[in-house]
Amino acid sequence: MRKPEKNRLRRTMMFMSAQKPALVKDAYIFGADSVILDLEDAVAENQKDAARFSLYHTLKSVDYGSTERVVRINALDTPHWAEDVRVCVAGGADAIRIAKCESAKDVQVIDEAVTAAEKEFGVPEGTTLLMAALESPMGIINALEICKASPRMFGIALSGGDYRRCLHTKYYPSGSEMLAARGQMIIAARAAGVQCFDTVFTNFNDMEGFRAETQLIKEMGFDGKSIVTPKQLAIAHEIFAPTAKEIAEAERVVFAIRENAKKGVGIFLVDGKMLDIAFVEGAERTLSLAKATGLYKGDLV
Amino acid sequence: MKVNEAAVAGTLESSDVMVTVEPGEGIQLSIDSSVINQYGRAIRATVLETLDRLEVTDAKVTVVDHGALDCTIKARVECAVFRAEGVSEKNIPWGGAVR
Repeated sequence: MRKPEKNRLRRTMMFMSAQKPALVKDAYIFGADSVILDLEDAVAENQKDAARFSLYHTLKSVDYGSTERVVRINALDTPHWAEDVRVCVAGGADAIRIAKCESAKDVQVIDEAVTAAEKEFGVPEGTTLLMAALESPMGIINALEICKASPRMFGIALSGGDYRRCLHTKYYPSGSEMLAARGQMIIAARAAGVQCFDTVFTNFNDMEGFRAETQLIKEMGFDGKSIVTPKQLAIAHEIFAPTAKEIAEAERVVFAIRENAKKGVGIFLVDGKMLDIAFVEGAERTLSLAKATGLYKGDLV
Repeated sequence: MKVNEAAVAGTLESSDVMVTVEPGEGIQLSIDSSVINQYGRAIRATVLETLDRLEVTDAKVTVVDHGALDCTIKARVECAVFRAEGVSEKNIPWGGAVR
């Protein structure tokens, strides 16, 4: 039986239409940390039923290995979401992405439907995780309550297209139009102890623009980026991977803190920098990320 | 299930299959596939098994395959049959007759 992994590595979450067999049959080969099988915008209104049949058999038949399978369901103001939840749970999706989420209530409505579906299909309660896409100013304002709305919640994601439209702005390479939303989201996510993901970058030919945007959100503290083409995977993984220098530094910090703690020393110098216990969490996180990406083989984490 | 009216599911895209079901007597199955020589029998078996699972005994079924996997064939046959009965949108027996 699969176990829910709230804090797993999610540098890249790649969207694809659940209704397109050519896309979903072997999407794991690209190496995204998560795939998002889409029942929402990528599926035409008169094909929602067909997409669910396709999704069910994909979830049941295609082995995605270690790639996480998230399903984006239709929003609560549509007639589709309830059946979307049933098929996700019955098929064994790892997580559900709630579209156009604006409040804790939205999350709780889905949470209740997931719990009912887990009972219906004999899935242990709590197996199916949730994440919420924030696409409107109201969603951004309520980010913290959304993050804390359910124990199933593992993260929130910014949905840039809708949000920019609501804000009466458009994409700017500097990212100034998204600064407030990104700032509010990462603070809310960290306060609630969940992950935070950035929006897609839709100009597939502007790889430098993609690199700059991914670098920006990494520096802000985001855990990963939504992507729509495998072309963007390698750059995102490169940016989110710790450098050899960062790994070596983290190793020295963790080792020094542990050794000094044994001696009862609380503040000390490593490489000329003053350190105390406050630095251990960040250093351990760097080593965990390095280990998850195969860059660290040691046993400090 | 009963095929009361004609219904279609799937597309003619690569890796997909278009399945049409229409009212008929007994099962009349025709298959057109780009890989008919290699997989014709397997496609036929999957379609018939799926119809059997859905307890469809009378239907004319037309399959136009463009290299679909087994799971896609099942999904398209099921969707077409549920559409033909007008019950494809909700309360699908996931894990029951649909599996």
